[in-house]
Amino acid sequence: MSATDTNADCMRPTGNAAPAELSTQEKERLRAPFNRERVFRNFSYFSPIVILLLWEISAQLGAIDLRFFPPPSAIAETFLSMIVSLELFRHIGATLQRVAVGFLMGAVPGLFMGIFLGLFLRPRQIVGPILAALYPVPKIAILPLILLVFGTGDMSKYVIIAIGVFFLMYYNTFGGVRQVPQIYLDVAQSTGANRYQVFTQIALPSALPQIFTGLKLSAGTSFIIIAAAEFLGARSGVGFFIWASWQTFSVTRMFVGIVTISLLGYLTLTLIDLIERRVVPWARN
Amino acid sequence: MTTTAATEASIIVEGLTKAFYEPRTDSETIALKKLSFSVRQGEFVCLVGPSGCGKTTALRVIADLEQPLSGEVQVVGGGRPAVVFQEQSVFPWMSVQDNIAFPLRVRGIWRKDRLERTRHLIDLVGLNGFEKSLPHQLSGGMKQRVSVARALAEDADVLLMDEPFGALDEQTRLELQQELLRIWDASGKTVLFITHSVDEALTLADRVLVMSHRPGRILADLQVGFSRPRDVVELRRDERFWDLTYKVWSLLKSGAAIEGDAG
Repeated sequence: MSATDTNADCMRPTGNAAPAELSTQEKERLRAPFNRERVFRNFSYFSPIVILLLWEISAQLGAIDLRFFPPPSAIAETFLSMIVSLELFRHIGATLQRVAVGFLMGAVPGLFMGIFLGLFLRPRQIVGPILAALYPVPKIAILPLILLVFGTGDMSKYVIIAIGVFFLMYYNTFGGVRQVPQIYLDVAQSTGANRYQVFTQIALPSALPQIFTGLKLSAGTSFIIIAAAEFLGARSGVGFFIWASWQTFSVTRMFVGIVTISLLGYLTLTLIDLIERRVVPWARN
Repeated sequence: MTTTAATEASIIVEGLTKAFYEPRTDSETIALKKLSFSVRQGEFVCLVGPSGCGKTTALRVIADLEQPLSGEVQVVGGGRPAVVFQEQSVFPWMSVQDNIAFPLRVRGIWRKDRLERTRHLIDLVGLNGFEKSLPHQLSGGMKQRVSVARALAEDADVLLMDEPFGALDEQTRLELQQELLRIWDASGKTVLFITHSVDEALTLADRVLVMSHRPGRILADLQVGFSRPRDVVELRRDERFWDLTYKVWSLLKSGAAIEGDAG
């Protein structure tokens, strides 16, 4: 716990010590591993491009079936033309709106349920097993039921995403709250904090790292679910677009849809990552 | 010590018994058996004993974090005692100033007001310039300064300290002991300080209560008569310091022996 802390104490410059200098050679040796690391890290950003290159070359050489795997250059061309014609944005907008609403509908109750059951024994004993039994039900398997109850409109999409997100948020938040160090709860109790204060000021912030893990898993899962949900019963959305392209055997357009949904997911995760860095700066140490 | 001061007890522990039950093995562990002692108002008392002797349990009962099985604990004058905990109990998600002002937040005081009212504490514990730092940017010693300041923010008459400097290196520990004495001298608070370090107990306390092995009971109640204000380094030149050190160690050793005979 304090080994590094106390080192930091000792290593603080005392002011009256002579300034220590390193030789050029020593400086170089000190930095070498970091420079090496930087090269690798920069290269790692481009590793997906290697796959695309291989794909492109194989397609050009006729080594793969172009009917199923059109070259990335053709996909990119279609992608660009669809952006220019604004055709894609209607679908992106529909998908994003469904994901956003469904995500909120699932994440907020999941978060509160996780904190609530994490903190209180009796509700945990009663509600916990029920949730554990419902969690493994495949969300796609109940989609027909959801469509039956909520119709083929957007509400059924919100609900199916909300169900998937709820469980991920619940389990991650619950785990985070169960791991709140007892000492923090003791501090709160010794200052006379009430249950609501323990909930909002101790359990919630302390579980934030796990809550963010839940948010990221949920975001990814939302896009998986929405794509599948839009296959059935939808007249818009990226999932519908993929399905419609497949039915007309426009494989290139289908790949554009797949790339689009993967980009949407990637950008969402990056956004959550950025927020996490601002909100949970202590978790990285 | 005048007689009026002697009657003004601040903490009274009377026949306190505390046990823990382990359902898996259907066994009970008696942590404290009929423990009795009291602390006078404004007194600095150290409870010293081997680890596992129940001294932390005693403190937790006094702090109302645990309920006694039987017996009575009273903190006179009402009010909740403030606690400085043994581990690093500073909240990692709050800045230094927000950590220190946390007890006021619990009381529903607005942020601006509570930061205003705890600013002098940052001065008092020497954390100027670190108000907005997060705990992971601080050393172990500085984190414990935050803990002490947070307990002081409660403005309680009674301060309970549970091995607050136990995890620190010797040098930092000595430094913090000196500062604690300085702060306490000016505050007139009642302090019950738990430690397993004989050295630390004699450095700080007016009175040292020596505890036996589990179940803990008081082996001896020793007055530590060094004049105040004390210099924690100079104290080590005083012959009485070493006489007392020897005395406490002999007690702990004989206490352990008695325990060995009994078991």
